[in-house]
Amino acid sequence: MLRAESLRHAFGRIRALDDISFTLAPGDTLTIFGPNGAGKTTLLRVLAGLVRPQGGRVHLDGGRRAVGWIGHAAHLYGHLTVRENVMFWASLYDVPARERPARGDAVLERLDLSGRADQPVRTLSRGLLQRAAIARALVHDPLVLLLDEPFTGLDLAAAAEFRALLHELAAAGRVMVLATHNVEEGAELATHVAFQRAGRFVALAPRGQRGAAEIADAYRRAMTDA
Amino acid sequence: MRDLLRHAWLVLRKDLVLEWRARTAFLSTLVFTVLVLLVFNFGRDPTAVAPLDLAPSVLWVTFTFAAMLALNRAFQLELENQALDGLLLTPMSRSSLYLGKFGANLAFVTVVEAVALPLFAIFFNVPVLPRLGPLAAVTLLATIGFVAVGTLFSAMVIRTRFAELLLPVLLLPFMIPPLVWAVQTTAKLFAGRPLSEMEGWLRLLAAYDIVFVALATLLFPATVSE
Repeated sequence: MLRAESLRHAFGRIRALDDISFTLAPGDTLTIFGPNGAGKTTLLRVLAGLVRPQGGRVHLDGGRRAVGWIGHAAHLYGHLTVRENVMFWASLYDVPARERPARGDAVLERLDLSGRADQPVRTLSRGLLQRAAIARALVHDPLVLLLDEPFTGLDLAAAAEFRALLHELAAAGRVMVLATHNVEEGAELATHVAFQRAGRFVALAPRGQRGAAEIADAYRRAMTDA
Repeated sequence: MRDLLRHAWLVLRKDLVLEWRARTAFLSTLVFTVLVLLVFNFGRDPTAVAPLDLAPSVLWVTFTFAAMLALNRAFQLELENQALDGLLLTPMSRSSLYLGKFGANLAFVTVVEAVALPLFAIFFNVPVLPRLGPLAAVTLLATIGFVAVGTLFSAMVIRTRFAELLLPVLLLPFMIPPLVWAVQTTAKLFAGRPLSEMEGWLRLLAAYDIVFVALATLLFPATVSE
């Protein structure tokens, strides 16, 4: 379970988070749409514990061990191989030593990276780097996934595969918060939809039966009316 | 405590593997060290000041410059793909991260010093071998102190625009006490004085190490928190 209570944060005079509250149960996916600078990444960083909010609180079952982060940056070391990177992060997340090789192999297999496992990360293309970053984020089997424009760099096939993986994870009870400005990508996964502008949720509601087109219309209205 | 040291070891090992694979920082620091020794060797008038009188200062100025270069690279490793954020996302304590970085920096600087010492002995015709044990102990004691402070400052400045410039400005004032004590001790060693005459300096170096390793471990979490 993930709960945010009245989160507030500012960088100088710029409000990045303004009274953000929500609760997500296992299996829920909150997709946050918003323009650049709306505060989406700051919200994810606060939820992850990377930024201490100036107001409000975050409750997260399992603490930092329960969080997986997929964002613009891969958090990988270029001079280590894909497998070495995945093993390093697994060990930092206290995945038992006996389980690490099998867990690593499984996640690399799932992301179609088995053939690249022994390749140094610095030699990977942008798309492969993003897939390796996803493997790194999933190796400790996180209960909560924080996704900041996670489709960046993925080709169409890899993006579709990744969406299928996210559906599987949601069905398995993982909580997800996805920040994006791409309505098509985000709407499909959402159980809840929020529109963020200037740090505020100008709308937050269950997705219901709304399709991507309806959500896009509502998003445009929310951005122009707010 | 077990987790603190285990996570620190993981970070230390990862840094050394990265350094071993890339070798650029080590080789450039080593070349720089040799150049500094060459400049001191050819830039002095051997008839004006006896090499043995000048040798302790030259040795420690050389080690200081080498340590600056080494410490500058400590957190630059973590800027690649924003790996530092990845480390801060894990359940590892910030103190573990500090201790791991400190250990890796200490190993790096010690290896550079170990390579530089024979060159120094050749250039300045100083009989190092008969005093190798005590000299190694003094070098290690002084190096622990300034690497402890340097690792902390390296983390503080890494996200600033002029990190390479800021680090020496912040660090050098803190390096003055251990440098003075190390130079005094080294001068007595080269003069063949008994160890009892150096006991006071050695105690001061040990006290500096204990105080600053403890302080830096406590303060480090604040330097990497937003």
